[in-house]
Amino acid sequence: MSAALAIVALATLGSAAAAMLGRSLLRSIFMLAVSWAGVAAFYMWAGAQFVAFAQVLIYLGAISMVALFAVLLTRQSRDEAPPPPAALRRAILAVVAAAGVAAVLLWAVAHSPLAVSGSLAPATSVRQLGFDLMGRHAAALLVVGVLLTIALLGAVVLAADGAQERPGDEP
Amino acid sequence: MNALQLCLAFSSLLFAVGLAGALARSNAIIVLLGLELMLNAANINFIAFWRFSPSSAPATGVIFVLFSIAVAAAEAAVGMALVIAIYRHQKTIRLPDATDLKG
Repeated sequence: MSAALAIVALATLGSAAAAMLGRSLLRSIFMLAVSWAGVAAFYMWAGAQFVAFAQVLIYLGAISMVALFAVLLTRQSRDEAPPPPAALRRAILAVVAAAGVAAVLLWAVAHSPLAVSGSLAPATSVRQLGFDLMGRHAAALLVVGVLLTIALLGAVVLAADGAQERPGDEP
Repeated sequence: MNALQLCLAFSSLLFAVGLAGALARSNAIIVLLGLELMLNAANINFIAFWRFSPSSAPATGVIFVLFSIAVAAAEAAVGMALVIAIYRHQKTIRLPDATDLKG
């Protein structure tokens, strides 16, 4: 059981690190897709099949496509240019900061009395999930729906080309 | 270390990788995707605590993650739209070059 977790974790972390280190944007996005698939595999391992399904659908299906389109729409020739010294200094500082955060978090995790109860995952069927979403959490579901609608409309307005004149605007 | 601590260590390392990417890279798209990695690490924590904690309501962790994924999707869409808008104005998506609003 722990071996499976270790494999999934190593694959996810390795592809995420490769994505953050790579100089080619398209390769980075592909490695990030592998990393998100690894997170979905973790959800499967933990017994949350529905969340794994949602992860594959939203991250692999939607967000990686959006990122891909953003890359294609903002194509530039300086992708492979070597980093200037300022960027190198910032990268070193960033790695030091991230290593510090990781050290603090790992120390806290290792020294906390985290008891594991139960060897089986809590039984959650999709049917039960649907009843919960439509019953106890119906208001939150509505709020998330409104948020998604407004955010996507805002994204369209932001990304739309505002330069072209509409026919009614002519004096 | 028990299984819960292993899961938390995994999510901490994933968070650190995303943080390093978001701080180090100058490409706006990679910075946004680093933020997505950090959100994924938070979701892993939710699922780990749901899986290994004494059971309260049986589906709470799963529902929390579903809402979190929905908000992350909205954030990614708006972020990519902002990247495209910046590119239209400045012809670059390098963050160090986008200094119009710098005081």
